[in-house]
Amino acid sequence: MSGHNESILREPLITGNNITYAKITDDILTPVENKPNKAWWIGFIVSALGALLWVVAVSYTFWNGIGAWGLNKTVGWAWDITGFVWWVGIGHAGTLISAVLLLFRQNWRNSINRSAEAMTIFAVICAATYVVSHMGRPWLAYWVLPLPNQFGSLWVNFNSPLVWDMFAISTYFSVSLLFWYTGLLPDIATIRDRAVGVKRKVYTVLSFGWTGNVKTWQRFEAVSLILAGISTPLVLSVHTIVSMDFATSVIPGWHTTIFPPYFVAGAIFSGFAMVLTLLLVARKVLGLENYITMFHIESMNKIIILTGSIVGVAYLTEFFIAWYSGSEYEQYAFINRSTGPYWWAYWMMMTCNVISPQLLWFKKIRTSIPATWILSIVVNIGMWFERFVIIVTSLHRDYLPSSWAMFYPTWVDVSVFVGSIGLFFTLFLLFLRVLPSIAIAEVKLLLKSASEQAKLELIKDGHLEKEQVKEYVESLEKFDSVKQEEYAKI
Amino acid sequence: MSNIKYILGSFGDPDEMMHGIEKLQENNIKIHDVYTPMPIHGIEAKLGVKRSRLDIAAFCFGITGTMTMLSFVYYAAAWDWPVNIGGKPHFALPDFIPITFELTILFCAFGLVGSYYASTHLFPGRAPRVMDLRATDDRFIIAIDAKENAEHSKIDGLLKDAGALEVKYNERKYISYE
Repeated sequence: MSGHNESILREPLITGNNITYAKITDDILTPVENKPNKAWWIGFIVSALGALLWVVAVSYTFWNGIGAWGLNKTVGWAWDITGFVWWVGIGHAGTLISAVLLLFRQNWRNSINRSAEAMTIFAVICAATYVVSHMGRPWLAYWVLPLPNQFGSLWVNFNSPLVWDMFAISTYFSVSLLFWYTGLLPDIATIRDRAVGVKRKVYTVLSFGWTGNVKTWQRFEAVSLILAGISTPLVLSVHTIVSMDFATSVIPGWHTTIFPPYFVAGAIFSGFAMVLTLLLVARKVLGLENYITMFHIESMNKIIILTGSIVGVAYLTEFFIAWYSGSEYEQYAFINRSTGPYWWAYWMMMTCNVISPQLLWFKKIRTSIPATWILSIVVNIGMWFERFVIIVTSLHRDYLPSSWAMFYPTWVDVSVFVGSIGLFFTLFLLFLRVLPSIAIAEVKLLLKSASEQAKLELIKDGHLEKEQVKEYVESLEKFDSVKQEEYAKI
Repeated sequence: MSNIKYILGSFGDPDEMMHGIEKLQENNIKIHDVYTPMPIHGIEAKLGVKRSRLDIAAFCFGITGTMTMLSFVYYAAAWDWPVNIGGKPHFALPDFIPITFELTILFCAFGLVGSYYASTHLFPGRAPRVMDLRATDDRFIIAIDAKENAEHSKIDGLLKDAGALEVKYNERKYISYE
């Protein structure tokens, strides 16, 4: 940081003038230290009603059993596992941002990692509720654990991907929680040292006694790096194992070796879309435009094009391999997906995941906030349909034509899903109110090197190459938070 | 003067604070600790903070996780209750790699973070030993033990020359949180 200037060719990560360390703290803590505004209340009430619907639907399921859902003897897995995979996938972007981008030293992660990690945790909670509620007898949920028991001392089947999944999801959840909370400690201490009364007492307990001395900070960075190093293979393993729930079976359409990389790419794809859905609104409502800039939005959009294209290639490869395998069941499964009774779901998935994200190749679109926001929602819809297509279309026409069936969700299926979205947003909105939505300490690190004002100083010093300055000023044109007049005279 | 326990140099800029540390060290004034709102790179070398051994701890915890899961799954699947599945091997190692990997990561993460909290004395409810409330906001604080270093006016001068915005004389070591 000190004595080293970042290249002028890099776009700024903090925009605005007169940004000081104190202003960063003030700006980020505004929602935590003040009463919520109307927008927050409206969002919270709507989400809380959604969460209530979830409570009702899940309780109804517990009371009546899985028969409350639209499952039948042919389609024994439908919206539950679709919702589960969808939520787990969404969670992956948080770990990707906090771990993988840290390993690659991508400084733009600093202002989005906190909320993305929070999103990971809430998404995994939503996913885990599906696991429990689909069990039928949730009070026996502990049977998935390898516990010695009195039923003949049988252990769980360690050869089963569902058991691997239990290990993967619970490890993922607890490691993400640790990573997130450890990163939060310095920021909780910041709130604590500014608060009074009961609030100070609460944040004192939560801050674990953080003071920010040299050794703690130095170890903190070591811990973050090691956690990032172990979380990276962890996040890849989690969705790999989720995909093995399908890939190790012998159902045509599921039994493919492409599933692990394809699921991981899809998870990152949908996760980044959800990060954008949340942050584009949060940045506006909370006034964080100077910290979550157009550069961040554009970078995330670039990741969406990349992963969306990987997913597209995977769809085509799957289709090609089905034909090339010469297996008539495999071929039928794919022809049925695209032209059978669920053709609309298949083409919905293709349009939302493969075709529409290609619009992001246009700079105008990927730097437009409304367009990005709409596309991020389209991607989320598409990724839900992807899981639905994989699961339901592969099951609904099995080897025995007399048992072919369609799946029709009941109100309980729909309510559990819609309710889980409500639960997710309720948790996220509460998070915005009680914890800083941006990693304050990490953003402060960028102030002296990667901020717009630091770069403006460099330009004013006049030791830079003219073409480089020109390119930099041109790159600022897309920023909605930069005052363009200031650069008119340069 | 005798009641003063700690002298705090409060800087508004990390580079100036680093300069202050250099100045103090040139004058053989021992620094008690430095409190900052963000990590300062290169400061640990100046203040002689030893290299972290947390990476070694993380590795040991990770290996413990690997061994735990492998031995447990061997016990459960091949020793305690072997199930004959089409004559396949009871201890089917490739099948056990995913769960062994997960346990390795789980042990490593919890062991690592636990060691970190233990070594830096972080735990829920610990009274924060804060010397200056703004050290978590916008100030970079150098703390000097006033008893060990008697030349207070010299320290004051050095800190202010280096760019300290404020020099505080604390009569209590920590700001009380009660």
